[in-house]
Amino acid sequence: MEAEAAKLIGAGLAAIGAGMAAIGVGNVFGSFLESALRNPGAADGQQGRLFIGFAAAELLGLLAFVVAMILIFVA
Amino acid sequence: MAAEEGKVDPMHQFTIEPLFGTEKLLDFDGINLAFTNSAMWMAITTVLLTVFVAGGLKRELVPGRWQMAVEFFTGFIDDMLEANVGKEGRKYVPYIFSLFMFILFANLLGLMPLGVIGVHPFTFTSHFTVTGVLAIISFAIVLVVGFWKHGFKFFSLFVPHGTPLPMVPAIALIEFFSFLIRPFSLALRLFVAMMAGHVLLKVLSSFVIDGINAGVGIAALVSIPSFALMIAISALEILVAGIQAYVFALLTSLYINDAEHLH
Repeated sequence: MEAEAAKLIGAGLAAIGAGMAAIGVGNVFGSFLESALRNPGAADGQQGRLFIGFAAAELLGLLAFVVAMILIFVA
Repeated sequence: MAAEEGKVDPMHQFTIEPLFGTEKLLDFDGINLAFTNSAMWMAITTVLLTVFVAGGLKRELVPGRWQMAVEFFTGFIDDMLEANVGKEGRKYVPYIFSLFMFILFANLLGLMPLGVIGVHPFTFTSHFTVTGVLAIISFAIVLVVGFWKHGFKFFSLFVPHGTPLPMVPAIALIEFFSFLIRPFSLALRLFVAMMAGHVLLKVLSSFVIDGINAGVGIAALVSIPSFALMIAISALEILVAGIQAYVFALLTSLYINDAEHLH
């Protein structure tokens, strides 16, 4: 296989990571809403933790994007 | 990959160019310190932020709209530090407020549709050098505060309470690396989130332009849905601009909490 083609395939495969992060981010907000609707009084106090979870899940998806960018433009 | 003729190059928007000529403004050992578009947009952000905050400093008993807007943001940051750090958090309000507002204004300015009047905004938060420096400042504050307040007891941060003794070396190593990775993850998150959004918008805009160039049928099939998606993504990007600024400030305040209180 040509090296250029392999790089582009690798960059495309990195998009799987972005999809996985989408599952993660959806899980964070979904679980938050589920429990926030059970106990709306406690929901506002947990918003900080919500965004920490969101940030952690999102970062891993962004790493997949970085991998794709490195494969296309750097490697 | 060089852009082919007539194609929209999605990475072109991130090019740093010296303004007012390419000759060196100041020369320190061969380092070019020319005034770049990145520096210009940082200056514009700073000026806008100063104007915004100065407009809210009237301290009227019944605040007007402008003062309400500024007080909303200061109160927001104050509450965040109160919730995450406690009453010692008050003294970090100026730093976290500046950090949050600077990133927020930069992100939003970069999204402004000023291209229609010929001014192309440059999102400097989409550069690792800029976000890296912001992250290093935050990390340096954590280190300075931690060692100032706790001395060498600060290293107990790496061993959480109740760790079984056989686990201490492994946990300490993991905690040490997760501590050292913080500035990178902080900087990487902001820079990649902003860059990914702008690349996505540019790629979609190239779909719109190429579709229109290819004829009426393809324009209806490709360009119109792409344009609708661009509008939706732009709205999402405004949300992301706010969330990323908030996350940066929130994580910085959490790290400061670690430095203030250890575990």
